[in-house]
Amino acid sequence: MLISIRAVIGRDLRLAMRRQADILAAMFFFIIVVSLFPLGVGPEPEQLRKLAPGVLWVAALLATMLSLPRLFADDHRDGTLEQMALAPQPLGLMVLGKLIAHWLVAGLPLVLLAPVLGIQFDLSGDGLAVLTLSLLIGTPALSGIGAIGAALTLGVRGGGVLLSVLVLPLYIPVLIFGAGAVDATLTGLGPQAHLSLLGAMALGGVFFAPWPTAAALRVALE
Amino acid sequence: MTNRVINWFRYASPQTFYPLAGKLIPCFWTLAGIFAVVGLGIGFLLAPTDAQQGEGYRIIFLHVPASWMSMFIYLVMAFWAAIGLAFHTRLSGMMASALAPTGALFAFLSLWTGALWGKPMWGTWWVWDARLTSELILLFLYIGFIALQAAIDDPRRADRAGAILALVGVVNVPIIYFSVKWWNTLHQGASVSLGKAPSMAAQMLWGMLFCALACWMYSIAIALMRVRNIMLERERHTEWVRALLAQAE
Repeated sequence: MLISIRAVIGRDLRLAMRRQADILAAMFFFIIVVSLFPLGVGPEPEQLRKLAPGVLWVAALLATMLSLPRLFADDHRDGTLEQMALAPQPLGLMVLGKLIAHWLVAGLPLVLLAPVLGIQFDLSGDGLAVLTLSLLIGTPALSGIGAIGAALTLGVRGGGVLLSVLVLPLYIPVLIFGAGAVDATLTGLGPQAHLSLLGAMALGGVFFAPWPTAAALRVALE
Repeated sequence: MTNRVINWFRYASPQTFYPLAGKLIPCFWTLAGIFAVVGLGIGFLLAPTDAQQGEGYRIIFLHVPASWMSMFIYLVMAFWAAIGLAFHTRLSGMMASALAPTGALFAFLSLWTGALWGKPMWGTWWVWDARLTSELILLFLYIGFIALQAAIDDPRRADRAGAILALVGVVNVPIIYFSVKWWNTLHQGASVSLGKAPSMAAQMLWGMLFCALACWMYSIAIALMRVRNIMLERERHTEWVRALLAQAE
């Protein structure tokens, strides 16, 4: 079982490495969206500090959304997905492997970029640390929930827009606790409660998401 | 016991359910009309003017039933979706897609009447209060369900994809509800809570309950009407629909 997960992760990472433009595009999207806000709302540090958690988290949600359609679309087009569905290993496990690969390619870069972008918003050291930590804990949940949406909209008319309509409402709890953790740090309340709940959501999301995703993939493959 | 089981399954097929629904619809419309007249009668003629909110509170007779129904219909929709997913019954998927627009309508009505109520009471159309936000998310979930089903041409695939989404959404509903609650209390404190009458007069409560029953009966009637249309549309190639149409002509 672990071997098959590892094989799927390795394969997806290798494919992603050969098409680095896709990863870079999502990362630059994140950077650009975040950089637009100081230009739009004005450069007062006081105001930016207040906006930073929300802006960075919303930009992270949008950047994740951007990379979701590719999660299954290529495999669906060339028939790999059908082979995975026919394989003796459960489809859920394969999905889990693809989830982990997606997080490594699309989630982790956001986590690494966040502190740099946080400096633009004049966040304090504590704020930066908690922001990075909250993204590190929260982004796996984004990949998990997003996979369900990606599988449901696979091969559907107007899939990209539909995907955001389906997935963004489901992202709201992650957004609330992710941005809430940073806010709580900045106001001196301490981020523990938010981070714990975020961790619970990430674990729950990654653990349970493969089932509905696999079910939705089977519906799409019929 | 066995008799009852057979009876239940008898109406799981569109062919037998169609005439049954046709017979039930006038009953539910009548009930909805009676309850609405009674509820609004109590609400506008008998219920006293609220000490704090004046006459403006009377929007409660639409607002609260609409909010209740919006949440309840989502659960019913998810229930039918789950049944359809588990047993592959055609009718369940049709019921789920027939309920969704009514649920979305009630969610919208609840937000709309809430805004109309909020303006005179709180002085603002909208606040990012826990209940308002969770109701808004519920509306988004309905819209996502409708949009997903509309985007898939094959009705069987649309049913099953919608069912998975509805079930994922139902898991998310309590999470959303509580998360927004905690988020709200941490941020802005209890500056605004849903305007409650200090001690609700009995007439107000009864008026509200009758209006809720009216909305409930209306939902059933309209969902049955919609499910009848969906049945005709999806089963248009079958014998019984052809016979029905020939009869109508």
